[in-house]
This record gives sequence, structure tokens and C-alpha cells, in this order.
Amino acid sequence: MSSIQTHVESISPANGQAAELTELKELNISFCYQCEKCTNGCPLTFAMDIMPHQVIHNLQLGLVEEVVNSDTIWVCASCETCTTRCPNEIDIAHVMDRLRQHSIIRGVKAAHRQAPIFHETFLSSVRRFGRMHELTMAVEYSLRSEGVNGLRKQIRLGLEMMRRGKMKIIPGRWRAGKEVDDIFRTIKRK
Amino acid sequence: MKVSYYPGCSLEGTAREYDESLKAVARNLDVELAELPDWTCCGSSSAHVTSDRLAVSLAARNLILADKAGLDLLVPCAACFQRLKAAEKALKSGVRTAGVKDKYIGSFKIIHPADFIWEKFGEKVIAGKVKKSLEKLNPVCYYGCLITRPPRITDSTNPEDPQSMDEILRSLGAPVKNWSFKTDCCGGNLVLTHTELAKKLIKKIFDMALEAGADSIVVGCPMCHSNLDTRQKEVLQDNGQAYHIPIYYFTELMGLAFGEPGVEKWLNKHLTEAKSLLKQNNLL
Repeated sequence: MSSIQTHVESISPANGQAAELTELKELNISFCYQCEKCTNGCPLTFAMDIMPHQVIHNLQLGLVEEVVNSDTIWVCASCETCTTRCPNEIDIAHVMDRLRQHSIIRGVKAAHRQAPIFHETFLSSVRRFGRMHELTMAVEYSLRSEGVNGLRKQIRLGLEMMRRGKMKIIPGRWRAGKEVDDIFRTIKRK
Repeated sequence: MKVSYYPGCSLEGTAREYDESLKAVARNLDVELAELPDWTCCGSSSAHVTSDRLAVSLAARNLILADKAGLDLLVPCAACFQRLKAAEKALKSGVRTAGVKDKYIGSFKIIHPADFIWEKFGEKVIAGKVKKSLEKLNPVCYYGCLITRPPRITDSTNPEDPQSMDEILRSLGAPVKNWSFKTDCCGGNLVLTHTELAKKLIKKIFDMALEAGADSIVVGCPMCHSNLDTRQKEVLQDNGQAYHIPIYYFTELMGLAFGEPGVEKWLNKHLTEAKSLLKQNNLL
């Protein structure tokens, strides 16, 4: 197969990707003319496999799979420098969010599994208490991400923070907790 | 003057000294902080990674509480500030919430305390309250990401070179240093999920502050404070470096300059020792 054919095939998205692509197109990715301001301002390119401007270019070409499976979307810190500097007002940080949402649905590769575990633990704390409770969240996250070893790694820092009164020990319960649970339930149903 | 107050989850725990010092500063400026009754988490960085609708809805519940109070809303945590602003903009453009009963009107302004204090009071009022001038300190002000970015969400007029904390510190007498890293990223929650990457970003901020001749870093965000303060020892050990840079909330230094008695109690909560620099300069 010639390289042109391969290229043409890759820009007609596989069935499962069609919906994702339409949704991503709403984010104005077609406005990008590859000026690379996003990449030049990004503080984490040293750890990325696909540069931010290449992420946008891949999406223009319909190469969703490549970017959803990239390291880039998980090492992005959401610092919003790219979004701030884009001359075409593409919300690149939000594109990264959408790609992470797709990645979570499809399954995140092992190298980055700590990130979805962190977000899950964070949100389950919010759902349970109405507010995020740092101490139980940190313990649960350490255990779920790296088991007892993870807890051992964090314990020194955690104890020092407790000693200095930086940790609320007992999570509060608020009347509003139920309202927050309603939000989660309604969204899950959709 | 009375404003609504949304402390956010961190200010109940890791950033208690930010909450306490902000309240002390507000008392000094005759600002009454009316905490939103029954506020809940804004969704922070985890909701928008998971679902756009969840992010808007968790924030909207709090914005509706602020609507009922009818006062401008002060939000000291940079992440809460940016998430609430993002929800405000989304709701005004017609994005719908899920599982939230009441309707959002948006009768108030969402504002970060550094901007609030600088815009409402300015140099004269702040300088007029100073009992101990900070003239011997050499701080840099570090804004991080979410106080200013992206400007179409935060309404920041100067996102690449914000000035509110610099101006406040100057009004307290401090010869604030210029530097090019005031809005660079500290890694945020990467410190938990990709620790080694975050530590590289943190190290750069220390190195650049030292290069600017600073003896301290002043922040207005609990995540920035946490990353620079609680991880400083680790970052130095990893790199075989031996300096020491105290990290202050701008409200702690305002409280110090205004002669507030609680300063030591706030600074005792820091993991990077923060009192000796002030003692050397007869400020404590």
C-alpha cells in the first residue's frame, strides 16, 4: 500500500471514532495553522510524546486513537498557557480534557493509571462528604495507586502535616451532601 | 463592606493558615466575610477531567448559593476561583447543569482576594495600616496558573505579568523583585500522579527566584504553596542543593505588616521553616 493510501485511510475515522470526532470538531480545531505557540509555551513538553500543536494536527487529520493513547494528555498539568496564547482562540487545555475523558472510557495505559485513580478518589471523596477530605483522600489514593508501599512513601509527609495542624482529621458532614450526590447520580444516568 | 466567602476544601486543611490570615487581613480592612452556608466542593481539577457537565454542575450549586446572598464572592483558592469563573462563563453561555435544582442568575462578581484588596483599597489604605514595614525582605510574587489563566475565563487584564500581589507587597514596604517565572506552573496535582515531573517544575521556580535575588516567595494559591513548601526538602535533597526559601501567603505578610498577633501560629504550619528570615529582620 502506498503511503498516500495509508494516509487517506487514516483520515476516514473508524466507526467508533466518528462520534468522538464530531464532538472534538466543536472545539474549533480546524482553526489551527500550526504556529506552535502552544508547544513553545508548554512547561511539560520534555515529558510529552506528541507535542501540543501535533495533538491538534492529528485531530485535524482524524488520528484520534494516537492522541487518546498518548503520554501527552496525562502529563499535561492543565496550566492553561496554551489556551491563553493561542492566536486562534482554540481552548487547547479543554481539548486535553476531552481527550482524557475519552481515554478514561477506553482504559488508560499502565504508565499513567495513577492519574485516573487520583481523580476517581478525589471525586468519590466529594461525593461521600460534599467536600473533599484531604486526609482520607490521600490515604485512599496512596493505597489504590501503589498499595502499602504507596502509603509508606507518603506517610512521613502526611504525619508532619498532621503534627503541624495542616490536616483536618475528621471529615465533616453537610446537609448539602445529598445535593452533591444528586448531581453525581443525575450525570451517571445520562 | 461585606462580601460572600467561599474558602474551598484546602482552606479547611492544608491551607488553614491562608484562611486564618485572610480573615485577619479582612478584619483590619473592615471587610466582613460571609461564608456561603453549606458550600460544597467546586469539583477542582478532577471534575473537568472526567465530565464537562459534572464540572459545571458542582460549581453551579455554589454559584446559586452566592446568588441568594447577593454579594460579590471572594475565592482565595486559585483552582476554586478558576473553576467557579469557568462555570460562570459556561452558564451564561447557556450550558445546562444536571441535578441542580435552582437556576443561576449571576448577580455578583467572583474575585480573588489579591485583586479584591488591591482594587478596592489600593496603596494609600494598605500603606496606612502598616505597623512594621517589610522593607528588608526581598520577595518575588508567584501567581502560578489559575489566578490569571485563561483570561477569557478569569477576566485577567494582564495574564502574563499580573501585578496585584506585587503592588500589595510594595505598599507594605517590600522591594519586590521582578522575575520571569511569576506565572509558570508548579505542576499542580502532578505532584501526586507524576511526582518526578512536578519536582522538575518546582526546582525551576526555586532556581529562578534565587537568580532574581529573592529571599522568599509569596503566593496566593494553596496548591502552589503546598508544592513549594511541603516538597522543598525533597527537591533539594534530590538535587544536592542546600538553600532555603520560605513560602508565604501574601495574606500572612499583610497580617505581619499590620501587626497581627497570630503570625507565628500561621507560620508554624509551614513545613519549610518560615520564621528565621523574619526574625533576622526584626519583624518577629
